[in-house]
Amino acid sequence: MAAPSVAVDNLNPKVVLKCEYAVRGEIVMHAQRLQQQLQTQPGSLPFDEILYCNIGNPQSLGQQPVTFFREVLALCDHPCLLEREETKSLFSADAISRATSILASIPGRATGAYSHSQGIKGLRDAIAAGIASRDGHPANADDIFLTDGASPGVHMMMQLLIRNEKDGILCPIPQYPLYSASIALHGGALVPYYLNESTGWGLEISDLKKQLEDARSKGIDVRALVVINPGNPTGQVLAEENQEDIVKFCKNEGLVLLADEVYQENIYVDNKKFNSFKKVARSLGYSEDDLPLVSFQSVSKGYYGECGKRGGYMEITGFSAPVREQIYKVASVNLCSNITGQILASLVMNPPKVGDASYASYKAEKDGILQSLARRAKALEDAFNNLEGITCNKAEGAMYLFPNICLPQKAIEAAKAANKAPDAFYALRLLESTGIVVVPGSGFGQVPGTWHIRCTILPQEEKIPAIISRFKSFHEAFMAQYRN
Amino acid sequence: MFGGGGRKPLDYDELNENVKKVQYAVRGELYLRASELQKEGKKIIFTNVGNPHALGQKPLTFPRQVVALCQAPFLLDDPNVGLIFPADAIARAKHYLAMAPGGLGAYSDSRGIPGVRKEVAEFIQRRDGYPSDPELIYLTDGASKGVMQMLNTIIRNERDGILVPVPQYPLYSAAISLFGGSLVPYYLEEEANWGLDFVNIRQTVASARSKGITVRAMVIINPGNPTGQCLSQGNIKELLSFCFQENLVLLADEVYQQNIYQDERPFISARKVLFDMGPPMSREVQLVSFHTVSKGYWGECGQRGGYFEMTNLPPKTVDEIYKVASIALSPNVPGQIFMGLMVNPPKPGDISYLKFAAESKSILESLRRRARLMTDGFNSCRNVVCNFTEGAMYSFPQIRLPQRAIDAARRAGKAADVFYCLKLLEATGISTVPGSGFGQKEGVFHLRTTILPAEEDMPAIMSSFKNFNDSFMDQYDDGSSYSRM
Repeated sequence: MAAPSVAVDNLNPKVVLKCEYAVRGEIVMHAQRLQQQLQTQPGSLPFDEILYCNIGNPQSLGQQPVTFFREVLALCDHPCLLEREETKSLFSADAISRATSILASIPGRATGAYSHSQGIKGLRDAIAAGIASRDGHPANADDIFLTDGASPGVHMMMQLLIRNEKDGILCPIPQYPLYSASIALHGGALVPYYLNESTGWGLEISDLKKQLEDARSKGIDVRALVVINPGNPTGQVLAEENQEDIVKFCKNEGLVLLADEVYQENIYVDNKKFNSFKKVARSLGYSEDDLPLVSFQSVSKGYYGECGKRGGYMEITGFSAPVREQIYKVASVNLCSNITGQILASLVMNPPKVGDASYASYKAEKDGILQSLARRAKALEDAFNNLEGITCNKAEGAMYLFPNICLPQKAIEAAKAANKAPDAFYALRLLESTGIVVVPGSGFGQVPGTWHIRCTILPQEEKIPAIISRFKSFHEAFMAQYRN
Repeated sequence: MFGGGGRKPLDYDELNENVKKVQYAVRGELYLRASELQKEGKKIIFTNVGNPHALGQKPLTFPRQVVALCQAPFLLDDPNVGLIFPADAIARAKHYLAMAPGGLGAYSDSRGIPGVRKEVAEFIQRRDGYPSDPELIYLTDGASKGVMQMLNTIIRNERDGILVPVPQYPLYSAAISLFGGSLVPYYLEEEANWGLDFVNIRQTVASARSKGITVRAMVIINPGNPTGQCLSQGNIKELLSFCFQENLVLLADEVYQQNIYQDERPFISARKVLFDMGPPMSREVQLVSFHTVSKGYWGECGQRGGYFEMTNLPPKTVDEIYKVASIALSPNVPGQIFMGLMVNPPKPGDISYLKFAAESKSILESLRRRARLMTDGFNSCRNVVCNFTEGAMYSFPQIRLPQRAIDAARRAGKAADVFYCLKLLEATGISTVPGSGFGQKEGVFHLRTTILPAEEDMPAIMSSFKNFNDSFMDQYDDGSSYSRM
């Protein structure tokens, strides 16, 4: 019999060769092996737990879900509860009434049924109202597509936009590698634009323009610009004037603006606030016709951190009806996104308000989480900056720190000898000495010759001092070993 | 040529052609028209998609109790929780929460929670009598996502062909279009109960190869969708031998394995048949099997829970599939718990067992009655012939459209079965999917409806259909005898 039909040498090369995703890549798999080793042979390693700082997965590290949201979801999962007297003493009154009204908006109160392929209409109405209230500009339920997390929406847009390897998408470097992976999977060209580390990861329009023109001169048809705001892994929050320049740039160059805004509720500095690109565009006087814009939001981040629910949406504006039909058609092949995620997205965009029974406890939970994140961001940033050869930009938002590590030449050579990228080599040594799992900067892209790691700010606050001290010991020993 | 002004990147002409080629009739023209009519106030009976809860089937109680408790673990701390949740639901919620550190709100392993995958492996072992490896079971957001991932991995370019049954569930044709591959159709034989004809299939493969197509995989849907036939062990053996000889990976869509309405051919999995065949085939034939929580008697479509199991795939291939899964981070956790509950339901002796068994039995027996009702109802209509729905959730009657109807359809710019289904919709509110959405032989027309409307509504629905069909045939029948092409 001939060689097996499905073997690596005859798989889709876009999958095998081109597509990488370091957030759950090699270092993480090694960490999982070490974790098993800790279970089977306790004491065999210089640390007694693995600390996963590689992925923005807050609840896996002890962050608690928002009580009100879970109350509503539980009631929607098992609506029979609403008929029982005991429910009133177990659930808050506004959770009961919210669940009741959500169920009323679902045909047949059937949370187990496939919904409309864009998501349940009543929930989209709530989300549109939430967007309008956030931005001060109207939003339309028909522009919203609820998806299993924000990532499937990104894939859909890449699929729509990329026809062949000559279609390019401008992506920030460093970027969240969903974008590079998705572009590779769909056979397109990633056109990088570099964020400026020395100016707090600023975005220079002049660099954007240069990259665009370079790409075009090579025959690349650049179709869209990805902006991640707040940034991942870089954590910067764009200034409004910067956003205005970006909007104008897209309009002038005929680019679709893909605005990844999943960290919109993670802002840790007082001098910056989140402005959606939609709000910026409308405030500039740009209507739908001026700018095709896709805005992504998720239930995975913020203060709610509900990664496992896979909830999110994209709001698409500025697209013609025939194009919207195509987007709908692609969405319909998967029938619909999971209903729990849809409900959660409507809750995130429409949380308890002043006067609601749950407002005080909701606000306390929210503030508690966000303030703690801000403290952890600062503590880790300061710790990194105090280490030899490391400079770390502030995390103004999102969930990550992306310190720049000036690796000595000897370390770079040792890495080469071990057939690893220098930052991967560093990250692996860090893991083996301390149990701390980070993602090497090469997984996100960086200016050649610079090295970074991405570390989340998510471990519980009481663990942070130990993480800092373990990291410090490791780094000092590493530098002692490899210093020039 | 490039740059602003004029042509915009998201103008219709500038879209990925593969996207434009995609068709998915299940939520296509008929469904959109039905939705419009519904907005105008017309009562619509949606039988276009296998969506049981939308037509009044109630969720099973036990899984909803367990997931509600997992969703709001603070309930488990309340001393009164035992008043409204049975002890076994409480225990099971704790069981799943222990498996999912971080609870329902954390990304799990990209392949799914290991403990749930183990439950799936144990289910497969009990079902088939052969051990199953949890490492080769990946949970997905519905079976469809798994199908998409596999086809994306296999299809390299337009010369890669995938054998797909006709009629088929149009996820397959849509996915093949999206990934730029070639659909190689093999026709099921309607007169032979939608049976497989391997002589024809061999010819089809040879013909595709002569056109430069490399046939890589074969899709089988068992029980069939839309056709409902249940394959015999002999059928499946022949299929596997064929795949062995022709070097194809078999993609076995087994999502309807709980929906069996006759006793002659109970469900038997492709994997069991493969292992029964012994070496060399049992070690060589590559197989991917798909299952879901959306169908069966669970019908939990909205949860988006599914899995695929890989058999005889080389480790490096599995690594690549893992890589693709990891970009999606993880399947939704509540859906994973539904899957765990489905493969590991209450057992005799459990507090919730009797209620669970009664609910399940009631749904399955009703489906069996409705399958018969609908088949008989269609067969009693003029110019309609309908194979029995042996399994799955659909009825796929053949409508022998008179020539004058076909001509009228052409004048209206519509495929003949689309024309019929639109008229049916407008007259009765019954929203179906025309057979052309699934594929059929040239000149033979069908529609697909589900057997899911509530049992008490069935007689009225069938009589409404019959009345419509009678007047349609009165209008268009030319009285001459109709011979099947």
